[in-house]
Amino acid sequence: MSTSYLLTPTQTVGPFYAPCLLREDARRNVLVQPETLGERIRITGHILEGGGLPATEVLVETWQANAQGRYNHVADQGPATLDPTFLGFGRTQTDDDGMYWFETIKPGAVPFNDKQMQAPHINLTIMARGLLNHLVTRLYFADESANSVDPVLQLVPEQRRMTLLAHPAATTEDTIPTYRFDIVLQGPDETVFFNF
Amino acid sequence: MNHITIGEIVRGDREIFPPYLYEAYQSTRRRAPLLPLVDVPLTISELTGPGPIISAITPEDADLTRNAGTGGEAIGQRIIVTGRVLDEHGTPIPQTLVEVWQANAAGRYLHRQDQWPGPLDPHFLGMGRCLTNEAGVYRFLTIRPGAYPWKNHPNAWRPAHIHFSLLGPASISRLVTQMYFPGDPLHSLDPVMQSVPTATARQRLISSYDHTITEPEWALGYRWDIVVRGESSTPFETSVAGK
Repeated sequence: MSTSYLLTPTQTVGPFYAPCLLREDARRNVLVQPETLGERIRITGHILEGGGLPATEVLVETWQANAQGRYNHVADQGPATLDPTFLGFGRTQTDDDGMYWFETIKPGAVPFNDKQMQAPHINLTIMARGLLNHLVTRLYFADESANSVDPVLQLVPEQRRMTLLAHPAATTEDTIPTYRFDIVLQGPDETVFFNF
Repeated sequence: MNHITIGEIVRGDREIFPPYLYEAYQSTRRRAPLLPLVDVPLTISELTGPGPIISAITPEDADLTRNAGTGGEAIGQRIIVTGRVLDEHGTPIPQTLVEVWQANAAGRYLHRQDQWPGPLDPHFLGMGRCLTNEAGVYRFLTIRPGAYPWKNHPNAWRPAHIHFSLLGPASISRLVTQMYFPGDPLHSLDPVMQSVPTATARQRLISSYDHTITEPEWALGYRWDIVVRGESSTPFETSVAGK
């Protein structure tokens, strides 16, 4: 089978996806179960389009490793322990103010190659009306010292790395630690998006 | 669609994938990133992915003509839409979650923001899902969607299409796209479809009428194969604006 098949092009998710992609058993704001191991965190932020306007009804998907740094996937045969109560997938959309949120656990560090590790991060996929292809980016934790040697962050121009950092936000005593991560689709503080 | 600006920023092969900025499609103007994408290698984060996230899929989920649960049947030309999900080497990909949504036969979506005066069909939700089988095959029974108007430009109509979302073996396999029907005169007028840069790649979005799928006294058959990056993918050469 040496034939190379042409990949199917992407098209926009459009404005009418929610009844299908966010039906009750497909929406995933809360990634954790009571038994899930790890530090509970809340991720929240705005998604903004050009001109600083809130981008509403943007679909956000997340994919992350568990607290030990293991992805719940056959391709991850690393030494870290699998947590059967944690899949690591989130799916939601921004509301009328352009806000989204997830409740999850802070992921552990995952390997980059045999020698290097990647700093804890959450992989994000962004789709919306007006996006003909999805955008991919990563959320890193601003208070994580491993960021300074993360091999993927090192590929990002230094002055733009801050767009990938989620910052601890003030919380009331009853709420779990919250990280703020705004995503700017277009503009001077545009979030770094990846190509791979 | 004269004098349109087409952006340089593309994720993936620029002979296949649409640019983020395609001015003829108005909504891209404020949502397309304008700074270069950053090329990154494939790591464990990209070579893993959520897979089939929904455990409770039933055969009824793939029958859009009856899954509204009203006991009635959707109005329209009954069609079967089927095909294989393949990787770039032609290997079938089983266990891929395929989620679809579409307008009804009159071109109306069941969505609060679709308010044009096309009639709703009480027996049609316009959404379905299934998993590909061991041969990589998905199959839906539905009705042929109608074209519908949108406000992108004067007298703008989207060609009939079905939205597809695929969660395959890894994050690099993620695909959201639209399937079109053969011979539709609206194709050449549609900026969403025309944003795909080459005729060869646009052709990949158009299903084929297939009489071997058509069932007598029942439904017309359409075939549409979908190709996504598989588990054995290697990083492709990219050329990002500015390089």
